[in-house]
Amino acid sequence: MRYRTGFKSTVRSLLVCALASLSLLLVTACGASAPAATAKPADVLPANTGPSAADLGGGSPTAFAKVFTDATAGSKARAASAYADAAKPRPAGQKLKVGFIFVGSQADLGYNQAAYEGSQWLERAQPDVQVLRAENIPETAEVQRVAEQMITQGASIIFATSYGYSGPIKQIASKYPGVVFLHQGDLETRENYGAFFGNIWQLEYAAGQVAGKMTKTNKLGFIAAFPIPQTLLNVNAYHLGARSVNPKVETTFVLTSDWCDPAKQTTAVRTMVDSGIDVFTEHQDCTKTIVEAAERSPNTFVTGYHQDASSAAPRAWLTGAAWNWGPIYSQLVGEIKAGTYKTSVIFGGLDAGFVKLAPLGKSVPPEVQAATLATVEGLRNGTIKPFTGPLKDQKGAVRITSGVVPPDAELQTIDWLLEGITGSLK
Amino acid sequence: MNTGLLVLAGALTGAVGPGISVLYATYGEVITEKAGRINLGIEGSMLMGACFGFAATVETGNVLVGVLAGALAGMALSLIHAYLVVFRNTNQLATGLAVTLFGAGVTAYAGRGYVGSSIGGLNPVAIPLLSELPMLGKALFRQDLLAYAAYALGPLLWAFLRYTRWGLSLRAVGENTSVAFAAGRNPARWQVAAIGAGGLLAGLGGAQLSLALTHSWTDGMTAGRGFIAVALVIFGMWSPVRAMIGAFLFGGAIGLQLQLQTIGAPISPFILDMFPYVITLAVLAVWTGAALRSMPEGLKGVLKGTI
Repeated sequence: MRYRTGFKSTVRSLLVCALASLSLLLVTACGASAPAATAKPADVLPANTGPSAADLGGGSPTAFAKVFTDATAGSKARAASAYADAAKPRPAGQKLKVGFIFVGSQADLGYNQAAYEGSQWLERAQPDVQVLRAENIPETAEVQRVAEQMITQGASIIFATSYGYSGPIKQIASKYPGVVFLHQGDLETRENYGAFFGNIWQLEYAAGQVAGKMTKTNKLGFIAAFPIPQTLLNVNAYHLGARSVNPKVETTFVLTSDWCDPAKQTTAVRTMVDSGIDVFTEHQDCTKTIVEAAERSPNTFVTGYHQDASSAAPRAWLTGAAWNWGPIYSQLVGEIKAGTYKTSVIFGGLDAGFVKLAPLGKSVPPEVQAATLATVEGLRNGTIKPFTGPLKDQKGAVRITSGVVPPDAELQTIDWLLEGITGSLK
Repeated sequence: MNTGLLVLAGALTGAVGPGISVLYATYGEVITEKAGRINLGIEGSMLMGACFGFAATVETGNVLVGVLAGALAGMALSLIHAYLVVFRNTNQLATGLAVTLFGAGVTAYAGRGYVGSSIGGLNPVAIPLLSELPMLGKALFRQDLLAYAAYALGPLLWAFLRYTRWGLSLRAVGENTSVAFAAGRNPARWQVAAIGAGGLLAGLGGAQLSLALTHSWTDGMTAGRGFIAVALVIFGMWSPVRAMIGAFLFGGAIGLQLQLQTIGAPISPFILDMFPYVITLAVLAVWTGAALRSMPEGLKGVLKGTI
């Protein structure tokens, strides 16, 4: 009466399972590294010319170039010509393969989309470059496997675009001395591992001003993933911006412990709306869910991060901080090809066009729009320096003394929150 | 209102949102396990529901089509599990995990083009009068249609399992296949149906996550909620009504930790983040004795590792 079959079929079925999982792995791997079908038509830029002011979102090409020359001048590393395969002559017709690894999806209306579009910009700017891409790669040993796979396929430059890739990628960098690894956001270097990032906090300050003017309840909400220095700098700048126009503003800082967990993001928005918060911003990788949740919630506004997401929230969208990776990727690849690149930590701000202001929303009154553009101009030309002391932390202790303006490098390691911000870091 | 009440109200409001998807998956797993089978592929079924429900909504513009597509996609995946464990007699735990991994891969691939898409989705509908109740009203009665359906489904499933002939047959198969077979029930057929229904409900849970709660699809967005459902079945001692308590407790833990962060409680957000899992573990530890007694006989072999 037993309707079960015997041991043999168990073994057989387990084999089927194993095969199924294997094919799944293959499917994901192929799916992950398949080039996107959505690439925009190439409007090819002239090769070997620097970016224009328009490419830099209003930034100055001279300042852009200076950031890179200063970094090379200040670096003690060997020039790429001494070791990099990418600097060696290639047979005619063979393209230079550059790998890009993303932690999320190219369509997240956020961090990964901004980086992805940067890689497309690179392809357009340098027709002799072939880009290999892998999306949704976790910040684990998996990123090593993907990078190694790209190197096997011939990539000689690897862009590791997520913060958490720094550890795993540094571990394998020395195994591939001819490959140049470039990390987006690290603060240290290795022989063939360099880093770069932008002072996006400048735009967080500008967006904070808009938020401070638009809030009716004087309560702003900042939904973050992890309390890393980049994030803390952003929330502090946002709060400073808001306070500069509205001293009554308080900012609530909440962590979701995940770069992209839409269910937690939505729950966070609902909880915060209930507590009276009416302007949101976030430091998450995917931004669509929060932006749309704000749009659905009456009288609630949102300022974006990474990318223009105004299309997802025509009413609630105020403005946002956005990246401009394309020219940076292109410059780095160009320098490596020329052999002049030396590994270093490169930082640029508004003046160099590394970051830009996302479009202002139609809910923002004209006078606030004008004031915001003036603030951006002030940040660009250095007449506005938000982190000027005295500034106190949450406990009221003075962390930046009166009249002091900490250098950018010091700001990038900030590990405290300003007075008036609610939230815990430990 | 004092801070304590405010926190509680916030936790309650937060509880229902993330709790509903877990609740559907828990219902599904209760049915599956009542028939004497365990399906760890439920996490994969949730992902299928979230992904295909969202994709179908984007393609057709009709959220109800999306809900249906999500449920069917969840069922389709669970039927792979059903085929393997019932007819091929594979190890249920290994098969379930493989099915979940398979679902994760399929959805990551199929959902690539939909990550940035926007949908109208299922929006909260306030129930007149009830939604005006202090504290509970806002938390329970300003929700989406799938949430209201989930409230009703618990008692309905309980009555189904307890009082109907079909429910009796299902339970009989779960207790002892030989006896059920002798009484004229085909155990294989009942178990396949139970696993399929379980996948259907998990698919609905996934669809609630993508269509109602977040209006978004991201790969891996269930983040282990299907596995939580498996634990909640034991917590609820195979009762759909007690499963509701479990699911809201889990949702409440998420709501509570965000609420505590919002009011600036001096507790580490990382400790708070462990809350839902610690509560689940604690409940399992405390209730396991009683739970073992109410476990369907047919499951005991699996959970003691003899199959």
